[in-house]
Amino acid sequence: MWDWDYALSILPRLLGALKVTLYATFWGFLLASVFGLLLAVLGRSRVKAIRMAVFGFVEFIRSTPLLVQLFFLFYSIPLLFGFSMTAFMTGVIGLGLHYSTYMSEVYRSGIDGVEKGQWEAARALNFSKARTWTSVVLPQALPPILPIMGNYLIVMFKETPLLAAITVVELLTTAKNINSMDWRPFEPYTIIGLLFLVISLLVSLLVGIMEKHLGKRHTR
Amino acid sequence: MSLTMEEQAKQVSVGSVNKVPMVKYTNVMKSFGDLEVLHGIDLEMQAGEKIALIGPSGSGKTTIGRMLMTLEEPTSGTIEVEGEHLWHVEKKGRLVRASEAHLHQMRTKIGMVFQHFNLFPHMKVLGNVTEAPRKVLGLSKEEANDRAIEMLRKVGLADKLDVYPAKLSGGQKQRVAIARALVMRPKVMVFDEVTSALDPELVGEVLAVIKEIAEEGEMAMMLITHEMDFAREVADRVIFGAEGHIVEQGPPEQIFENPQSERLQSFLKRIR
Ligand SMILES: Nc1ncnc2c1ncn2[C@@H]1O[C@H](COP(=O)(O)OP(=O)(O)O)[C@@H](O)[C@H]1O
Ligand SMILES: [Mg+2]
Repeated sequence: MWDWDYALSILPRLLGALKVTLYATFWGFLLASVFGLLLAVLGRSRVKAIRMAVFGFVEFIRSTPLLVQLFFLFYSIPLLFGFSMTAFMTGVIGLGLHYSTYMSEVYRSGIDGVEKGQWEAARALNFSKARTWTSVVLPQALPPILPIMGNYLIVMFKETPLLAAITVVELLTTAKNINSMDWRPFEPYTIIGLLFLVISLLVSLLVGIMEKHLGKRHTR
Repeated sequence: MSLTMEEQAKQVSVGSVNKVPMVKYTNVMKSFGDLEVLHGIDLEMQAGEKIALIGPSGSGKTTIGRMLMTLEEPTSGTIEVEGEHLWHVEKKGRLVRASEAHLHQMRTKIGMVFQHFNLFPHMKVLGNVTEAPRKVLGLSKEEANDRAIEMLRKVGLADKLDVYPAKLSGGQKQRVAIARALVMRPKVMVFDEVTSALDPELVGEVLAVIKEIAEEGEMAMMLITHEMDFAREVADRVIFGAEGHIVEQGPPEQIFENPQSERLQSFLKRIR
């Protein structure tokens, strides 16, 4: 059933597609991290309208499936706004926005873990708002949540096959294409399964090491 | 050196500016939700004056200090620092809530040391003391280091520059916190029960440092404390508050030897 020669022959194509998957994961995660932080910070704004807007956005994104969001971005944005993006860019933005709402929650937990006295000391020393975030709050809020962020990286990586639905030629699409050409489903799907497995395990190994390292850091 | 009349007049007026109180609370009330914790506080501090704020816990001492540090906003009434409103600005003859920029500018004159130190755990001792001079005052790294080391020497911790706060004793932490506040050169500083969280054997070293700073004289100090001997020794004036009122105030000898009000008498009896 399993043909090694055939498997090796399709491997280069699959590895090429893996690159697309990894790029999408990387850029999506970067966007989710940056935008999630923005949501977390704005979610603590003194202005109620801003807080409400953030809350509304987060709830809306979380209450609709990522797949629907991807379709919406891909097919409706060009109709509504008259410009279109590449499928890859659409996918990155969809992944990034979707996961930013989860990341903002992760950031929030980290920020809530910073003692009230730290904010007060910053104010007593006359730090500006921005300086309080960058000098005092985030350096304490981020390290404890890095492992959780790492886990979201894995989750997001495993969600990238959804991009197949909007014509991004990533791993799944490539496996499908190979199958429809050669009528051999076994090798391509097995290989991409293994690729997902190996990379996920690798990242979670790194997260574990990071977690151990963080545990040893100086504490209060 | 001879002065013209005009210059003399200027000097006199500068002299009278100095008579403007360093801090002045006028009918300050504070509520948390439905709970009114300060019922109209009037309080003045002169430049360089050391006052001790004593009273039972829950009487509102911390709140008085925190309002000066702009950590808590008065519900009504005004606080002035060197004749300028802290929480307000005048617009068309009316007082309106000041902007963050105004508060920022006013805070340059005010400092605070907290009961629980609130050191930055992710920065070494030197970093704790240099961060604000560098990032708020805009000093160069060298200038900030020089200033910080001078202050850390003053509190006896010049040998701990490279240590994280977690490695320090409570007394050492509090002395770093004092250096961190001093390095900003405030004109008035709030010390809120700075020895209450310390093991008894560490209280002395912190009080000694504060005493030394007090003896230097220039900075006005609001010492919120339960250490009566300390209050007596350091304060120019002692203020006794209870249940959100200032009940009695006067020079330490009078407050401790000859208390007038029954509340103060029973308070002093209880803590002795
Ligand atoms: N942030 C707050 N929210 C609600 N109540 C508060 C808050 N801060 C202080 N209080 C209440 O205000 C009163 C005065 O507190 P505080 O100023 O800390 O007194 P003291 O320092 O004299 O012990 C207390 O009853 C306290 O419970
Ligand atoms: Mg108190």
